[in-house]
Amino acid sequence: MSDWIEACTADDIDEEDVMRFDHEGRTFAIYRSPDDEFFATDGLCTHEHIHLADGLVMDDIIECPKHNGRFNYKTGQAKGAPVCVNLRTYPVKVEAGKVLIQLSQ
Amino acid sequence: MDAILPAARDYSLIGRDSQRAVETGLAAAEWYHTDVSRKEMKELMRRDDGPAIRDTAIWLSSMVVLAVLGVVLWGSIWCVPFFLAYGVLYGSASDSRWHECGHGTAFKTRWMNDAVYQIACFMIMRNPVTWRWSHARHHTDTVIVGRDPEIAVMRPPDLLRLVLNFFGILDAWHAVVDMLRNAAGFVSAEEKTFIPEQEQPKAVRIARIWLAIYIATIALALYMGSILPLVLIGLPRLYGAWHHVLTGLLQHGGLADNVVDHRLNSRTVLMNPVSRFIYWNMNYHVEHHMFPMVPYHALPRLHAMIRHDLPAPNPGILDGYREMLPAFLRQLRNEDYYLRRELPLTAKPYRDEFHGEAARAATQ
Repeated sequence: MSDWIEACTADDIDEEDVMRFDHEGRTFAIYRSPDDEFFATDGLCTHEHIHLADGLVMDDIIECPKHNGRFNYKTGQAKGAPVCVNLRTYPVKVEAGKVLIQLSQ
Repeated sequence: MDAILPAARDYSLIGRDSQRAVETGLAAAEWYHTDVSRKEMKELMRRDDGPAIRDTAIWLSSMVVLAVLGVVLWGSIWCVPFFLAYGVLYGSASDSRWHECGHGTAFKTRWMNDAVYQIACFMIMRNPVTWRWSHARHHTDTVIVGRDPEIAVMRPPDLLRLVLNFFGILDAWHAVVDMLRNAAGFVSAEEKTFIPEQEQPKAVRIARIWLAIYIATIALALYMGSILPLVLIGLPRLYGAWHHVLTGLLQHGGLADNVVDHRLNSRTVLMNPVSRFIYWNMNYHVEHHMFPMVPYHALPRLHAMIRHDLPAPNPGILDGYREMLPAFLRQLRNEDYYLRRELPLTAKPYRDEFHGEAARAATQ
């Protein structure tokens, strides 16, 4: 069963940036890539309890604002120390200017 | 202000205070941050290769020139000033380069960060794997007793140790012991608390490479019948360490521990341009801890942006020591004493619910 949740509008996020989205006690990070695609991952770094939405987006990488942990936000892949565990990703679609993420995956 | 703690601090990472920090929520806590808009923070965090390429070229080329002059003048008194300057670039500037490149913020280009990180780690004799992880912990649990592996001045202060470290003596000794232990394939129980298991073999591999370099250097010195190779590689960690200790002690010395606000446990000191070059702007230390992803070259801008919310910086190194040394002496008699930094009227107040008497009482 699909469970698409409206996270924000497309205009809420600048290109090559990220924003935080909280839903039912969980926190997510919504990304807009330099080529204007949207992605979503869990909102907390897998290294420690730090919100990735305060981090820096460079191309397809999100850097954690605390320890420089780096993930490919498109795949969730951890890119090296101090992060060793991949980030969970979620399907995203944009409809009528709204960014929707699928949480039932 | 005198805080109240029930017993002497236990700085072991596997000891009583470590467990207490976890139980009371001091470990991996949420820290205070000055409000900075997302737009401004993105601009501050933006990476740029230019400043670090310029500074690294100056740093390494200066070392080459000074080393050549020192070698040419070897045997005369005139080699001394060149080696002293070379030593500071080797044994002190490497500290800040290790640090900044470890954060991955110095350069925009990843391999440049990694290359300078490895070179600087070798010079400062800090295993690049071990210290990457220990520094991550230092930022998670800054000056949290039993959690932070990088507390330079524990309470009560060991003043002899501090003096010896101006010449790198104890640090280098421990670094050699750690290198030999790691090279033999052993990772200590404390190291295992912050280095993930899959990373530990890397620490061993690096230690073995370094050991080979030092053995080759000693062999060359024996072959030449001269200490010169060691004056160039290894010994500068001793005779050039004084500047990084001089500046590094000011980072947290004499300030609060077991708090979750970097304004209370870190010190910003305004410094001369030469020291700032050697130290890569880490004199803006409150700012660095509050926002560690801001590159060193952007810290003066960050300082200007948030100074309204921070304690006034010390106007110089000497002023910092005038404040810090009496606090060390007082901590010899009362290890709970610390300097509480006053905030300007424009600042948001300290959250005493997290580190006032109530919080301290909760830790007892």
